Amino acid sequence: MNRRDLLKNLLIIPPGIFLGGLFLKTLSLLKKTPLGKISLESIYGKYNPHAHYYAMGIDIDKCIGCGRCVEACKIENNVPREPFFFRTWVERYVITVDGETKVDSPEGGIHGFPETLSEKEILRTFFVPKLCNHCDNPPCVQVCPVGATYKTIDGVVLVDKDYCIGCRYCIQACPYGARYLHPETHTADKCTFCYHRIVKGLQPACVEVCPTGARIFGEVKPRNNPLARFVRFNKLGVLKPYLNTGPKVYYANLDKEVT
Amino acid sequence: MPQQIKYLFGLAVVLVFIFLIVRHYLVSPSFGQYGHYRAASLQTVVSQEIKYGGEIACTECHEDILTLKNKSYHRGVACEVCHSAAYAHTQDPYEHKPPAPRTRAYCPLCHGYNPTRPTGFPQIDPVRHNPAKPCISCHNPHDPTPPVTPKECEPCHTEIARTKILSPHAPLPCTQCHEAKEEHKLNPRVALPSKPRNREFCGQCHSQEAESPPKILQAESPPEIPRVDMKSHYSGFLCWECHYPHYPEARLKKEEETE
Repeated sequence: MNRRDLLKNLLIIPPGIFLGGLFLKTLSLLKKTPLGKISLESIYGKYNPHAHYYAMGIDIDKCIGCGRCVEACKIENNVPREPFFFRTWVERYVITVDGETKVDSPEGGIHGFPETLSEKEILRTFFVPKLCNHCDNPPCVQVCPVGATYKTIDGVVLVDKDYCIGCRYCIQACPYGARYLHPETHTADKCTFCYHRIVKGLQPACVEVCPTGARIFGEVKPRNNPLARFVRFNKLGVLKPYLNTGPKVYYANLDKEVT
Repeated sequence: MPQQIKYLFGLAVVLVFIFLIVRHYLVSPSFGQYGHYRAASLQTVVSQEIKYGGEIACTECHEDILTLKNKSYHRGVACEVCHSAAYAHTQDPYEHKPPAPRTRAYCPLCHGYNPTRPTGFPQIDPVRHNPAKPCISCHNPHDPTPPVTPKECEPCHTEIARTKILSPHAPLPCTQCHEAKEEHKLNPRVALPSKPRNREFCGQCHSQEAESPPKILQAESPPEIPRVDMKSHYSGFLCWECHYPHYPEARLKKEEETE
């Protein structure tokens, strides 16, 4: 091949591939029958994901910071026991009389919050349980280069751990710090709203064990579910609303200092 | 048609074919079926093992304990909060026995005093509250009503008690201002204690015409009671709009002045 041929080929072949790909794409769109299709039934059984859209409510005034949710989450989802991997964790906010805001979460609150400031220094103080907000417009899904994190039909954001390449883009993109890189699989991991439980009609593990009912799990739309009641009778806030991520974890009695 | 175009067309067809084959092997068959993700990953997530069985599963065999618990203060506390994940126990009750925490270390996770916990939530100081005695020697965890109804307010209202003890109001008993029926100790939220309703109540001690020293302080060496002219001192405001009765600010000001 001489130089002229090479240049010609370079001019023609890449657009050729592009046009070919476009042609194939239209073909597959026309056919709409990809090979290896998996029916919803073989995934969910009798459960119909189109009939649900999940969200969670958290009443900050009810949280006692016992850390049972953190413990339950670690047990249910085999989250590594080391103190820096969490799918859910509890933060303690202390606003001092000097106007300073102190936030801490010793080991995610799994062993409670033993050390305290003296009451003289405290202006107001409360616990804030945190977890993945299962955003309606999730930034982590937008940045995933391989389509390994996604929003399901019923509104839960999940990670495909067999497809994840561990590039950590999603961990960086999450404004709530809800993701971590699993130390064994080296893939991204996060709260799933206990997806394996909710599709079987059970509650997420953290909601199941919350002793004061500070966590309420339910659905966005129908009126006859616990969350609908929570949404009707509380003044709600979400974390970082200005980011337009559309979080689906609603906080009641949220303080302005919480981010 | 020129020869070159024919060759190029042939080449394009070959390239498209190669692209098709490569794509077939690289992209998972169920990718893109319900969105920009692998539908097969839903199967992986849904098939995750369940660890927490949920309280409904417990009712089948342990109805007696649940009936007792559901009448007690612990009615909102699910079995698995204390007995840990017990789905395996529901499948094989004899092989898997859920643990029961019996040590003194466990209960303070929820009931140890922490200023961040919401007011009114029953809290004790684990160091001072019957030291070295296991909690279960006096309290049945399934019906934790104290064996003796609390004589004082402090066990439940520790936060207020601790604030008050530092204030000039320390010698006053809670009943000086709050009238609490005996029922309040048994059903705290059914029979709420009364609160002072008017300025005249505080005026009993703090007005210029008040009896000096008030009877309640006679046992102690009576400190100087700040007195105001009830008519001119911010009339139209209620006393507790400016002074927190459990820690009246007047004292704070004094401290600042001496500093």
